[in-house]
Formats: sequence, C-alpha cells, structure tokens
Amino acid sequence: MTRAGQGLIVGAAETRRLGRIPDQSALELHAEAARAAIADAGLTRDDIDGLATAGLPPITVAHHLGLEPSFMDGTYIGGGSFLLHVRHAIAAIDAGLCENVLITHGSSARSRVGHPPRVADPASPLGQFERPYGTVTPPTMFPIGLLRYMKDVGLTHEQLAEVPVAQREWSSRVRRAMFRDRITVDDVLASRMVAYPLHLLQCCLVTDGGGAVVVTSADPRKARWWPKAPVYVLGTGEAMAHSMISGMADFTTSGAFARSSALAFEQAGLGPGEVDHLMIYDAFAHLPIYALEDCGFVKRGEAGAFIADGHTRPGGSLPVNTNGGGLSYTHTGLYGMFLLLEAIRQVRREAEAQVPGVDVSMVQAVGGMFEAAGTLILGSSDARVSR
Amino acid sequence: MKAIPQPTPETAEYWAAAARGELRLPYCSSCQRYVFYPREACPSCWSTGLTWTTLSGRARLYSYLISHIAAPGFEGDVPYAIAIVELDEGPRLMSSIVGVPQTPEALVLDMPLAVEFQPRGDRMLPVFRPTADVP
Repeated sequence: MTRAGQGLIVGAAETRRLGRIPDQSALELHAEAARAAIADAGLTRDDIDGLATAGLPPITVAHHLGLEPSFMDGTYIGGGSFLLHVRHAIAAIDAGLCENVLITHGSSARSRVGHPPRVADPASPLGQFERPYGTVTPPTMFPIGLLRYMKDVGLTHEQLAEVPVAQREWSSRVRRAMFRDRITVDDVLASRMVAYPLHLLQCCLVTDGGGAVVVTSADPRKARWWPKAPVYVLGTGEAMAHSMISGMADFTTSGAFARSSALAFEQAGLGPGEVDHLMIYDAFAHLPIYALEDCGFVKRGEAGAFIADGHTRPGGSLPVNTNGGGLSYTHTGLYGMFLLLEAIRQVRREAEAQVPGVDVSMVQAVGGMFEAAGTLILGSSDARVSR
Repeated sequence: MKAIPQPTPETAEYWAAAARGELRLPYCSSCQRYVFYPREACPSCWSTGLTWTTLSGRARLYSYLISHIAAPGFEGDVPYAIAIVELDEGPRLMSSIVGVPQTPEALVLDMPLAVEFQPRGDRMLPVFRPTADVP
C-alpha cells in the first residue's frame, strides 16, 4: 500500500573517495556520484528526466552531465536540502511532471576546487546584525544557544562529550570513515576548544565528496524490476523556523525539527517507537541531543543521559548515526546526502556497520543553524516489487 | 577588517539611533511587542503602524559561545565571546560582552548588562557591559 507523497529510492551511491580529493572539482564530484547512482538503479542517462541539487545550480549540474531535465529543483536550505529534494521529487512524480529524478551532491569543502565561496552581504540581516560581532563559520554561530540549553534543561559537559564517543563506536566499524579510533570522554574534553562549550572532537569534519540518489514512483501500476530492492519513502517533512540563529524563538528546542518530523510521522502513519534506525545531522555534538528530544524519541531533558547510557551505540535500543556521522565519517558542508545514503544502506542490508532488521529508518536533517529542517522516513516493508 | 553593517532603508533609524547612543526598535502597539530586526511590518500581525521607540538598554546575558576562530579583523581578539542578550523589553539579539574577561568563569548566564556603543567603521555598534548589581 502506498499513499500520495510516497515514492521509491532505486539508486544510491557515494563517490569512490571521500576526504581529500584535490584532483576533482565539486562539479565533477556531483557528476561522478550521479553516474554511479544511475548505474546502481540499473537505469541509463536517458531515463532521467528530473534533476535536483544544492550547492551548485541544477542547470550547471544538468549541463555538465549532458542532461536536459524537464523538472528541476534547486531548493537550498543548507545541509538538509537533499531531503527536501526527495520530498519535492515525489510530488513532481505524483503530478506527472517527470518519472525518474536524480538528486546530486558534490563538494570540495576541504580542497576548495571549484567550491563556491560563502559571502555575507553587509546589508543583509546577517550582515547587519550578526557578522559585526565576529561570526564567520558555523562553529561561531551554531552552538550559541547551547549554554542556555545546558543550564535550563540540565545537560553536563560530560554528557555532551558522550556524543562523539558513541559515534566513534560506530565509525570504528566503518572502513570508509575518516576517523575510526575509539575515543573517551576525557579525550573529547582534552581536545582543543573551538567554540566553548564545544571542543574539536564535538565539531564535524570538513571533507570533499559526493553522493546521489534516484527517486521514482511507488505506484504499483508502474512497478518494474530493479537490481536492488527499492527503498520506500514512507513519510517526508520540511519546516523552517528563522533566517539566522540570533532569531531562534527558543534556543533550547528546534521548532523546525519538531514540525518537520511530525509531518513525516503523520504521513508514514508511524511514531518514534517504530523507528529501528535513526540518522541525525550532527554538524556539532548538540544536534543529536536536540533532535532526539524535538522528534519525540525521548522527553525533554533526557537525551544527554539516553546517549551516555549507550542507547544509540552498537547493540543499543536506537542505533543512531551508524556511519559515525558528520563527527567521524565525513562532512562535506552539505552533509544531508550522506545521512540519506547511510539510511538507504541500512534498509538495503548493505551497511558496513549493519544493524539487524532495519525495516524503518528515519533521517532527520538540519538546514543552516537550526533555521530549517527536513525529515525522511524510509522503509523496507513491501519494498520488493516483483518482476 | 571587521564587518561593518550596511543599513537598508528599513534599518536606517536603528543605526542612526546607535550613532546618537540610543538603542531603538520598532514597536507594534497591537501586539505590544518590539520587532527585532527592524522591518516595515510586524511579523506577527503584519501591521505597518510600527513606532520607533527608545529602549532602556538594560539586558541580561541569555547565552553565548566563546570563539577560538577569528572572523576577519578579529585576529587579535581570540578567544572572544559571541552572545545572545535578552533586552528587558523582550527582544533577543546577538552582541558582544565588553569590559569582562572572555571566559566561562566571568561570563555568567543571566548576569545583568547595559548597552553601550563602539565605533565600527563609520557606524556605532551596540555592545553590552555587565552592570555592577548582582542578579
């Protein structure tokens, strides 16, 4: 049974390399991932009639690939953009605008080869009301409400340090992860301070890399054979909250996480208790804590202890960020594509650190500094479309 | 060089007031709230009948981080705090906390603050300094 707004992901791939890729531009990483995802779906370029991307304009990526899509989406909310692209692609497919939508990501955030610079207009709200106070990169903005959370909700520095410790337990099992050595709370707290209260090991990597997926219809009348079992998109959500972090309504909770995840749960007809595996955008260590609470997995104030007690680790009740996350696996600036790709691997039973029996995986991404959010709930149930 | 704010027509009064040593924001009388950042209409009720009003300049330290990364022009300042202050009248805004060591020990959440203004290029920038009284 599928409903409106539900679709299939039939192709998924990452670039061969992640990390330092000085010999490929960001655009070429989009293209490499695109070709690999189309091949993974058993399709050819002629099957692709829709293209969505962020970081670079859709026409730039389409032209580079020699495609002429009749549906394009360049929605940009930051790192979670690709989750919104999946949502929009399904709507476009349902509306008959296109059949197979390619969603691409490529980034040279580390090597800066063909990497568009990020500039703030001094007349923009950000340029007038934040930049003059010394903000520049995400660490100088994203954690600004964290001390208020810690005081009001009761989170300790040690609990906050457990986030990267837990995720290293996952990445120690993942060969493609950039950082694989197990670490302790003491290691985290001894690492150099980047933006108090966050230490280096609580901040994401900066890497090159790319990924892509192919989205198509879940309509049983269009069922066909796919080389790999399709992954069902059971629920999707998107939300926005503010345009710069100083405008956050409540610095101890993400309204965008709450609203986006509620939309996805409602559409999927599922609740947090039915999620087997969870990917949370972890640009910084406090994001998993906010998301666990704001998406309803634990009550307010419980996320720090939930992580410290081991629930999100291998063997835990709710495996979270099983690739090691942006803190350990890779983080290309727009990391959302990699959240999605790990969730797909888990549902397909092909993850390096495979969790047994993942039938429902949820992907919760942020956009900007808690400014927006995207959610996808993926499922393997009834995913095997017969020949 | 440190970033210099460039006013738009909607924010010009905010920066002109700052140059005079005043913190002013548009006030929506129907919602009984100040609008930060300044804009033509109240984002709650869309009233365009906003009145520029001078605030007390009193605030409390709502939250902050201490950056060990230097923004352009801030190379000599690291580590430095980037704060969210909550004005007595309600709005919260980003600012700097001056006249106090930029350390977790000296920067205590909820400590009372008062606005002052520092030159930045050809503008004056609102910043906040702890006041003597204890919270």
